[in-house]
Amino acid sequence: MQEVSYPVLTSLIFFPLIAAIGLAFIRNVTAVRVYTLAVSLVELVIFIPTIFAFRLGTADFQFVERLQWVPKWGLEYYLGMDGISFLMVVLTVVVLPLCVLCSWTYIKSREKEFHFCLLFMTSACVGVFTSLDLVLFYVFWEAMLVPMYLLIAVWGGPEKRYASLKFFLYTLAGSALLLVAIVAFRIAGGTFAIPELMEKTFSFNFQFWAFLALALAFAIKVPMFPFHTWLPAAHVQAPTAGSVILASVLLKMGTYGFLRFNLPLTPAASHYFAPMMIAVSIASIIYGGVVALGQSDIKKVIAYSSVGHMGFVTLGIFLFNLRGFEGALFQMLNHGITTGGLFMLIGAIYERSHSREMGDNLGLGKYMPAFMGFWGLFALSSFGFPGTNSFVGELLVFVGAFEKNPWIGAWMVPGAMVAAAYMLRVSLKLAWGKPSTWKKPWGDLNYREWIYLAVPAVFVLYIGLAPGFLFKVVDSSLTNLEKHVQSKAQIVKAEGQKPLETAWNSIRNIVK
Amino acid sequence: MTFDTSLIIPELFQLLIIALLFIQSVGKSSWGPKVSAWLPFMAAIGVVLTFTSLNSEGLIFWKAYKVDALSQFFKLAISAGFLVTVINAVRQPTLRKDKTTDYFLFLALSAWGLMLLSSAVELLTIYLALELSSYSLYTVIALRGESRQAAEAGIKYILFGAVATALALYGFSYILAGVHTTYLSELIKADWTFSASPMAVTGMGLFLAGMFYKLALFPFHFWCPDVYQGASNETAAFVATLPKLGSVVILVRLAAMFKPGYDITTVIAVLGALSMTFGNLAALAQRDVKRILGYSSVAHAGYIMIGLVSGTPEGLAASSFYALAYVAMNLTCFWVVSRVASDGRNLDLDDLNGLYRRAPALAFALAVGAFALVGLPPMAGFMGKLFLFSAGWNHGYNWLVIIAGINTAISIYYYLGLVRHAYTKDEAEDLPLPDTTAFSLVGAGVLSIVVLALGILPAQTFDFVVAAGSSIIH
Repeated sequence: MQEVSYPVLTSLIFFPLIAAIGLAFIRNVTAVRVYTLAVSLVELVIFIPTIFAFRLGTADFQFVERLQWVPKWGLEYYLGMDGISFLMVVLTVVVLPLCVLCSWTYIKSREKEFHFCLLFMTSACVGVFTSLDLVLFYVFWEAMLVPMYLLIAVWGGPEKRYASLKFFLYTLAGSALLLVAIVAFRIAGGTFAIPELMEKTFSFNFQFWAFLALALAFAIKVPMFPFHTWLPAAHVQAPTAGSVILASVLLKMGTYGFLRFNLPLTPAASHYFAPMMIAVSIASIIYGGVVALGQSDIKKVIAYSSVGHMGFVTLGIFLFNLRGFEGALFQMLNHGITTGGLFMLIGAIYERSHSREMGDNLGLGKYMPAFMGFWGLFALSSFGFPGTNSFVGELLVFVGAFEKNPWIGAWMVPGAMVAAAYMLRVSLKLAWGKPSTWKKPWGDLNYREWIYLAVPAVFVLYIGLAPGFLFKVVDSSLTNLEKHVQSKAQIVKAEGQKPLETAWNSIRNIVK
Repeated sequence: MTFDTSLIIPELFQLLIIALLFIQSVGKSSWGPKVSAWLPFMAAIGVVLTFTSLNSEGLIFWKAYKVDALSQFFKLAISAGFLVTVINAVRQPTLRKDKTTDYFLFLALSAWGLMLLSSAVELLTIYLALELSSYSLYTVIALRGESRQAAEAGIKYILFGAVATALALYGFSYILAGVHTTYLSELIKADWTFSASPMAVTGMGLFLAGMFYKLALFPFHFWCPDVYQGASNETAAFVATLPKLGSVVILVRLAAMFKPGYDITTVIAVLGALSMTFGNLAALAQRDVKRILGYSSVAHAGYIMIGLVSGTPEGLAASSFYALAYVAMNLTCFWVVSRVASDGRNLDLDDLNGLYRRAPALAFALAVGAFALVGLPPMAGFMGKLFLFSAGWNHGYNWLVIIAGINTAISIYYYLGLVRHAYTKDEAEDLPLPDTTAFSLVGAGVLSIVVLALGILPAQTFDFVVAAGSSIIH
């Protein structure tokens, strides 16, 4: 075991941001891309030591950095990483170079600003996943909106303005009450530090409202049905790299929020609301799948499938057993890999055909076998085919659901079936459909595309075939979380609260 | 009467500026160095002098004038704001050439009045200082070349101002009758519940109206969007920022009397809630950039009330901090507005289209200013809101904090609109060329940095205002 000799989390957060300033001095477009790629690779290098230094088998936060920020209000610059954050940070730093690569020929205007936004996004995302101070978390959480907004609004498709505005309004409106909840936690718990707040037991009355405020912000970000409407618009209009980041990293912030805040800080209310959350998750799974089945735009299919896949994640979270948690966390990672890969593939054919309609891209199997090979792999992964990464995750959620209640498990089955149906439908048409609109066959994948597709493909197979390592990383954190949630919920339950009466009292308290 | 002159160096220096401007204004227009050449330097010296007097303390002029941390903080903010507005206004395009000196004379006079206001701790002195700062503005607003709108704005400002002033004076007489003193230090000792002294509380309510007028708090806000629209961009930058500081400092001093649960405190809280809701909803429908900023200032006046009603030093400090942040954010926006409308026109939202292409630095500064006004981290507005929310929560004003949270969500749309037009819309044809000289870019850069710095490293400023707040609440 070795220690990391530099403030690794701070470096991870601020290196891309500081390096992004360097872009201002570069004139050549290719140099901009090479520079950004280099930055993203250095970011990976900075991260590598943590892989070796990460202590497995402990639930503690590691690589902790803690400084005073605004002492008067108890604000701190407080960073740390446990198994859950670790996976999310891996996802973020791995996705960044892929995004640069998949935008290489895709982005043809204002390249400097585009790459600046990418680097800024990475900083903010790593910040979100490693903050242990509520306000610091909120700062990164909101900071990430601006570059994402610009990515969609400037480099997006024809409806980009509408989509970006919707994205921004939805997510920011959701987090307005998050800030109020953060303040309430500070007043009730005396600190903004998350690990310390986790030790405290809040009254059910308080938890009830705090849960709702937090859950609204996170549910919009996930997004859960019925707050999902911004997602298809944003996904379809965003440039490839934007869609990849959105799917791989951004959506995870919502589920990460549930795991990091709702469950540990408001355990009793989480139990209380669990049936509702499970119902909404199942609705998301089925709704996302059924709508995806009816789309003709390939990107929309994947966008709606995201709603369904993220439903599996939230379902796993609110099952409150270890299998559920594991499944949820794995699915977060898997969805990032698989959907990211699918979006990159769609970007690749869009560059060739300038259309995302299924009808315009038929019969690729004949001319682009390598492309179809990758597509096949990611498609199989997307609906949880055994041997791929998603199978592991979905299976765990299934097991968790049956452990909890067979009926929940039963409800998930149609969701999984629909997923297979829409993915196979798209794959079938792409591979063997009769080419109609184009004359000259497009070239198959080039080296650059091979590189950025190979990375997620390796992950798909590695996790699918040998998921043992992941369990080692996350299990202690998740076991700890499960115990924590159960015990804290018991304490509050023992107080004998009647939820509705309490809710009414708290309304009166607020209005008083 | 003996007093230490060193206590009022900032005020004396401002008076010197006024005297110089006065001398120049009575001379020939071709006479002497141009105002725009020397005034910014003098104003800068003023900021330095105010900064050096940051820690002075004393009670002078028969205890009617208190120099303390709070007043010095606000004086510093006012002199810095004055510097920025002067620099901003040196190229005022819609002013008749022979009026330049007068224009700056009145601005300086108003700033001086506001400085006096931040130290006044006696009602009559407050009243005089308030009038001093207002009268000069009545003149300045109407100075916009031949514009009829400017005349209309000037008249509106005077009429509304006169009514507010009359109310304040009327209230003042009630307070005097009820409590028999005009010194704030004595007034604080009185019982400010309605049942104990109905006359004084009524009087205080009316007196507050005068302050609310300056701050553009609902329902005393009617002048605000019209005046911003009618006045030139540079004048609006002044009117929208500095007078707010003056009224906030008085409100902070008065708020020390109001404990949560008092009728008058509740009234202020309700006005705050109405103000933020009304301001934000009205701003949604605007197209004129200055009107948007006008209604947004109505909303922000509402946010400031959260700190005032909390009854804690932290609350007062949060309000003071927010006022400072607000001035910085608003000056940033107005700086961009003034530079983009280089011919002095009123900017419509569409005039901002494609700004990133014409002037990337200005577009960035506008984005910083607008996102700061939303309360998006890491800008100053976010820290300000965080402090306000923290101060208001659990002091009986949870509902107000929730309303403020919802309002923040509403306000996103129109602030984002500014950025949206600047970054994502295509340029129109007949737009004036924005001022992209080094002068304009440096100004935008410095202001953006201030807004970011207040958001990222607020600790020192905030500690200072908390100390100031603690000194008036015991």
